[in-house]
Amino acid sequence: MYKEICNKYAPTKDNLIYILHDIQDTHPQHYISEEAVEVVSEYLKVPANHIFGVLTFYSMYSTKPRGTNIIRLCESPPCYIKGSDNILRKLKTMLSVNVGETTKDGAFTLELAACLGVCGNAPVMMVNDDVYGDLTEEKIEEIIGKIRGGN
Amino acid sequence: MKYFRSHILIGINETSLNSGVNAFIQALRQELAKNDLQEEINVLETGPLGFFGKGICLTVYPENTNYENVKIDDLPELVSDHFLKGRPLKRLMLDASGKFDPKFNYEHRIVLRNSGIIDPESIEEYLGTGGYEAWEKALLQMQPMEIVEEVKASGLRGRGGAGFPAGLKWSFTAPLEAEQKYVVVNADEGEPGTFKDRLIMEGDPHQLLEGIMICARAIGATKAWIYIRGEYKLCINRLNLAIKQCHEFGILGTNIFDSGFDLDIEIKVGAGAYVCGEETALIESLEGNRGNPRWKPPFPGIKGLWQCPTVVNNVETLANVPYIIKNGSGEFKKYGTPECTGTKVFTILGDVAHPGLCEIDMGTTLRTIINEYAGGMKKGFKFKAALVGGAAGVILPDKMLDVKMDFASLNQYAAVLGSGAILVMNEHQSIVDMLWSILRFFRHESCGKCSPCRIGTQHLYALISKIRKGEGTIEEVELMLTTAETMQQTSFCALGQSPIMAIRSALENFKDEFIEITKK
Repeated sequence: MYKEICNKYAPTKDNLIYILHDIQDTHPQHYISEEAVEVVSEYLKVPANHIFGVLTFYSMYSTKPRGTNIIRLCESPPCYIKGSDNILRKLKTMLSVNVGETTKDGAFTLELAACLGVCGNAPVMMVNDDVYGDLTEEKIEEIIGKIRGGN
Repeated sequence: MKYFRSHILIGINETSLNSGVNAFIQALRQELAKNDLQEEINVLETGPLGFFGKGICLTVYPENTNYENVKIDDLPELVSDHFLKGRPLKRLMLDASGKFDPKFNYEHRIVLRNSGIIDPESIEEYLGTGGYEAWEKALLQMQPMEIVEEVKASGLRGRGGAGFPAGLKWSFTAPLEAEQKYVVVNADEGEPGTFKDRLIMEGDPHQLLEGIMICARAIGATKAWIYIRGEYKLCINRLNLAIKQCHEFGILGTNIFDSGFDLDIEIKVGAGAYVCGEETALIESLEGNRGNPRWKPPFPGIKGLWQCPTVVNNVETLANVPYIIKNGSGEFKKYGTPECTGTKVFTILGDVAHPGLCEIDMGTTLRTIINEYAGGMKKGFKFKAALVGGAAGVILPDKMLDVKMDFASLNQYAAVLGSGAILVMNEHQSIVDMLWSILRFFRHESCGKCSPCRIGTQHLYALISKIRKGEGTIEEVELMLTTAETMQQTSFCALGQSPIMAIRSALENFKDEFIEITKK
């Protein structure tokens, strides 16, 4: 399956970031495994340590299995002064996880992110590709509940 | 062509999409049809409207009435009141007092002139506003060096933060003989509080493309890359669509307008690293590496992407170029100050009445921006300070409200204009807390290449955390300053050189707060 993803791209190093995005997006646990790194390394003729270096440099990639839904709460100054810390506390208690952890049922992984560029609606978080703004503790319950229900 | 009595402009952005704007538009059209208004009232999906309300926001032209947080359930009342009876529905208006009127926000617009007015997904609408005329002029009537000279004469300075003159940058690359040259667009907007580039790309993607084309022609590049944040999905979709439309119209591709000039533009999606806003780190990332900055010189203009001469420009910088080429540098210089020409897009956030964006002349004072463009402070709040320029910016107190917002004026106060983010704080907010948040950001974003930044950002965060808890001493407050000064002198790139700005300005203007907390 990793090989098939690789084949969609020309075997040049500049495609590495694309290939990694693709692998992570298509994996049900949204991460890049060692096995995947080896396949990409073989395909691009780039050492595995280089790929691991890239993988751990960028905040959007994960080397650990994650939940079905990835919550990325912004912690940058504009969201912070609008109370993102309270939102974080709410998420932690509601999901019973710490930052970087996945809920027991595998539904959510909680992460922090730097500025998401939606500061007009701070505090903001992304769940997968969707942006949620003007967050309040009540809104968090509603959003998480809705996603849980949808699954 | 059809004529309409009124136009309803609906801002399509991340927030409105999340509020279900697509279903909303469908319901709105149905409601209009129910009242037999579909031939009289036009519904237009467009980019940012110039103000930030909650949920789905609408502007109605020609009345210029702004509505916020409109829900499907409100539609029968809205359509009947506003469009049948002709009286605005006060309940949903952005500011029912009518005191805040974002329309003069449109007076001095260059890069946002179409934003919120045309449909960004239609090339025809862009062409209808005179779009791609500058590209045609640059390609068929001007020599590359003439373009460079015109941009130089306009005084356009880079809008990404540093403010380097764009024409000068181009002039290093244009005369070089090389098999391949590149234009790289820095759309990896990551400065906290900044989202101007997102709004420019969402609102008018073709204008950016036109700017890229003119730059490519000026320096002789046949390939351009837009390096954009992975989070900006809507921008990516709109730019991809716009590029496709250009190919269909023969505006991009080979032998464009029979000139013999070839150009292709491609989008590269980033993976989340603030440091990639630094041009050499961005180039490293484009090549498929960790985003560590490179040693300069050689500058990218001489040896950039794959060692080829490369011009790296910010989105807003390039979006100004079509106007300059079409109208001449003289027209452009009518805006702004003699040293800093043109306009600047600011994003105003925090405790102001109407957070949002505005494009205004360089050199407008901070007071004017807050009072007139953001509707003043939020009711019941007093101004305490503004963080200008994002995390790599400065904290300005009320006595600095009359400082002019342009590169040169702010430099006099050892401050920076940066990306144009203005974060307003009220009197209850703590500067120590703010600084803590800023230093936490730097600690997270240091790329780790050089020791002063890698260790320094950790150290600064440890110090401010201790101080914030009330466990620090006044010596440790001073230590933050000397640490940041050392970082400024020794760090490899601008990231490690930046924390000094916030620290110094916080200590200069709000030292009392630090003294008080260390006495606890």
